[in-house]
Amino acid sequence: MSVILNEVRPGFYLDSVALMRLSREIAGQPGIAEAALMMGTPANKEIMRDARLLAAPGEAAQGNDLVIGIRADSDAAAREALANALQRLTTSRASVDPGQGWRPRSLRAALKILPDANLALISVPGAYAAAEARKALRRGLHVLIFSDNVPLAEELALKREGRDLGRLVMGPDCGTAILNGVPLAFANRVPRGEIGLIGASGTGLQEVSSLIAESGAGISQAIGVGGRDLSREIGGIATLMAFDALDADPATQRIVLISKPPHPEVAQRIVARVAASAKPVTLCFIGADSLDLPKNARLASTLKQAAELALEGRLIGAGFDIRARTREMRIPAGRSRRIAGLFAGGTLCAEAQVLLLAAGRHVASNAPVPGASDLARAVTDSDRILDLGADEYTRGRPHPMIDPQVRDDALRDALDDPRLGVILLDLVIGYGAHTDPAGHLAAGLARRPDDGPLIVASVTGTEQDPQRRSAQVAALEGAGVLVAPSNAQAAEVALALTGEYV
Amino acid sequence: MTREAKPQDLFIDPIRVVNVGLETFAHELESLEVAVIHVDWRPPAGGDPQIADLLSKLGS
Amino acid sequence: MHAVDEANQEALRRMLAADPVLIDVIPAAQAIGALKENVLLHAGPPIAWERMCGPLRGAIAGAIVFEGWAADLDEAFTSAAAGAIAFHPNHHFDAVGPMTGITTRSMPLLVVENRTFGNRAYCTINEGLGKVMRFGGNDAEVLTRLAWLRDGLAPVLAAALRAAGGIGLKSLIARGLSMGDEMHQRNVACTSLLLRELAPWLVRAGKDPDVVAQAMQFIAGNDQFFLNVAMAMGKAIMDPVRGIAGSSVVTAMSRNGTDFGIQVSGTGERWFTAPVEMPEGLYFPSFSEKDANPDMGDSTIVETIGLGGFAMAASPAVAGFVGAGSAATAAAVTKAMSEITVGENPEWTIPALDFAGVPTGIDIRLVLETGLAPTINTGIAHREPGIGQVGAGVVKAPMACFAQALSGLAQALGVA
Repeated sequence: MSVILNEVRPGFYLDSVALMRLSREIAGQPGIAEAALMMGTPANKEIMRDARLLAAPGEAAQGNDLVIGIRADSDAAAREALANALQRLTTSRASVDPGQGWRPRSLRAALKILPDANLALISVPGAYAAAEARKALRRGLHVLIFSDNVPLAEELALKREGRDLGRLVMGPDCGTAILNGVPLAFANRVPRGEIGLIGASGTGLQEVSSLIAESGAGISQAIGVGGRDLSREIGGIATLMAFDALDADPATQRIVLISKPPHPEVAQRIVARVAASAKPVTLCFIGADSLDLPKNARLASTLKQAAELALEGRLIGAGFDIRARTREMRIPAGRSRRIAGLFAGGTLCAEAQVLLLAAGRHVASNAPVPGASDLARAVTDSDRILDLGADEYTRGRPHPMIDPQVRDDALRDALDDPRLGVILLDLVIGYGAHTDPAGHLAAGLARRPDDGPLIVASVTGTEQDPQRRSAQVAALEGAGVLVAPSNAQAAEVALALTGEYV
Repeated sequence: MTREAKPQDLFIDPIRVVNVGLETFAHELESLEVAVIHVDWRPPAGGDPQIADLLSKLGS
Repeated sequence: MHAVDEANQEALRRMLAADPVLIDVIPAAQAIGALKENVLLHAGPPIAWERMCGPLRGAIAGAIVFEGWAADLDEAFTSAAAGAIAFHPNHHFDAVGPMTGITTRSMPLLVVENRTFGNRAYCTINEGLGKVMRFGGNDAEVLTRLAWLRDGLAPVLAAALRAAGGIGLKSLIARGLSMGDEMHQRNVACTSLLLRELAPWLVRAGKDPDVVAQAMQFIAGNDQFFLNVAMAMGKAIMDPVRGIAGSSVVTAMSRNGTDFGIQVSGTGERWFTAPVEMPEGLYFPSFSEKDANPDMGDSTIVETIGLGGFAMAASPAVAGFVGAGSAATAAAVTKAMSEITVGENPEWTIPALDFAGVPTGIDIRLVLETGLAPTINTGIAHREPGIGQVGAGVVKAPMACFAQALSGLAQALGVA
């Protein structure tokens, strides 16, 4: 018999990450089946309803009210968890408000304190992000919109307004940027250098900038444009503005553009703009077919290759000998050659699919690249390569890069699969990411049997990141994970283990 | 006459950030000694979409 | 610039251009023609007897006896309940009154003239602390003091003010802010400054030295004497700001112990009301929240012009009523209020905030957008009539007033 307990705190606002962390803590208490703390917006209430967390008090809540929903085995357990949640809320509030000092509630007030601010970093819920971005633009700021779920029409209007004002609109759904050496949102500590990056993909930018950094070079700027910028509707407004800016920037010698395949019309426009530049350009449209390119441009099929082209042919992870590293490793008897990919990074997931497909494997994914099939059409021997940062896994939960627990369920399923041969993982570190994702993963792998699936991973990040790349690699290796220098090489290791690496 | 604003203006001056939303982003920028001010943002009009709509019509 | 912003700039311009001068004390019937027999003005938005709180009813009964419309309090309650008395808000007659805010025809009113715009505004004389009509007091002691205000203090005060040619209030407020007053909870500096300016004129105006001495003693002995002057000043400053098409600036905030009401420039005389909230604060010994009446009075006109809670940073002593009570808390309140105002008043500055001007011109849009309700410093009345003040604290203006006002303004502008 399960009990659903609701408590509504009118007018109590906490940011979604703080609430989601709290939700997981409460859900992890003894006797609790599920728990969530969410603002009572219609969308959130639907999520809670679906999760069987909403009773009458919660149904009556408004958008400005905090709803606590707990489903427990017993009334006593539910009440104890609720008391705990309420206490945590008070303490998190107190830590937010040290000494009752004044903190600006509005952009307008913030700009009185920092009048020469030049960038607004916006991560409010998607429904509100466009309004905040518009205010920032009209006050002369460039804008980075981390928020997702911003309506497409709003994105277009903002980007047009930004273009008219000469202001960059990075995003919505822009996870990463590095401007003047400053990592913003989810980004890595990367030395300054002469390579300029533009990315419609956050983890794509993180992987390429980190690979460049780890090979000793640096970047001038990394500009995120948001996942939909190269769609037909948006038409690459931000990408073209970013390209103009990097083309005119004397510190930028070479330019890399990273995206999933653009709409063909937009691709043409991009290629035409590239042709007008004197700088060498690398285009990395993960999963795209070949393109007719001007002579200053090269097409990279993977993130790793994009970094190598930008490094003028220097090889990434050249000392990493896949054959030597896999020679002694065998998939345990009784297991198939099937690979399961459990990715936090969307573009890392796409890159892995591209490499597995190129090796002739059958790939299914919740975020299939061209040539891969939808999960619903997976067959028995399909590799299932999952993007665990996609909406269907993150509704009402933090992104797996913030909270690696989000990957735990999928990892447990994979480890319990008696036929699975190889598990392929990414680990993204840097600013914005969890403080020790490798430690968390290692703990989750600690007591697995010797005849479990082989585990291969890569770490996206740099030695200068707060988590230190080498420390993360060491923690994974200590847990028996084979760690490759790049995500592409991790996929190749998986192929070598299944006998398809050529 | 003021020079026309361009995106690459952003590459010249140090980045100074107004952070609206997730507070961890502001803390991380502070740890990098980047000038940042965090806005203690709440949904406008207490999340009431009707009021929010009127606010936008009235120039807010 | 959006039309609403332009209208608000005009509102701010008028507020800053005001030149309020305390010029006279006159009987209410002379100031306000409508104050006939059986007509009574009260604080806050309009309200019928049935919905009035205890202290307001108590004060009304006292005033009825004071004016001789009933022989005793019992008869006064009966006749008020029977509809024998017409009730109107002070705000409808260029007037304001603290707490219950009772104004009847024979009460003396302070007169503040806004010399820039030529309008006048009125407020009764502050009775002092303890058992007083503004907190619902109505016994013989209360009525005797009212009679003395009318017959003893008012004539000599009026003569002094006229002889002085009025006392300019703008610079007096500026000095008071630098001496720790915020003009709502704390008026000790302004009261002293006013008495200092009045003293020679009082001495010359008085025929009987005992009356002069009593008058000076009364003012000197009542730290809140200046509150009512500040209120009449607030009303005189805000009235010319009414009726600017499209302006979202608040022209009045006021409570009657049941409802909180606001008026907005762009919607003229319309009241937007919501249930008033309970103040939070400190109680006199032997009293607690259980004894408190919900918030009351027209004194929120002081916040409407950027003083009171808005000028909290000038008055760390008052911050004791707000949570932690540190100077930093006081500064935080003023900074928060600057998020909901159109601008600042460069003539009324706060030394502790690097001489930032007080936040001026409450914009209902900013209130709703930020979710920051105006912070109001207030006294707390006992919920039973006749007992008086039991504490002091702060209260927030209810958000619902501002939401309604926004809809009203949108209708007025044809965008709803």
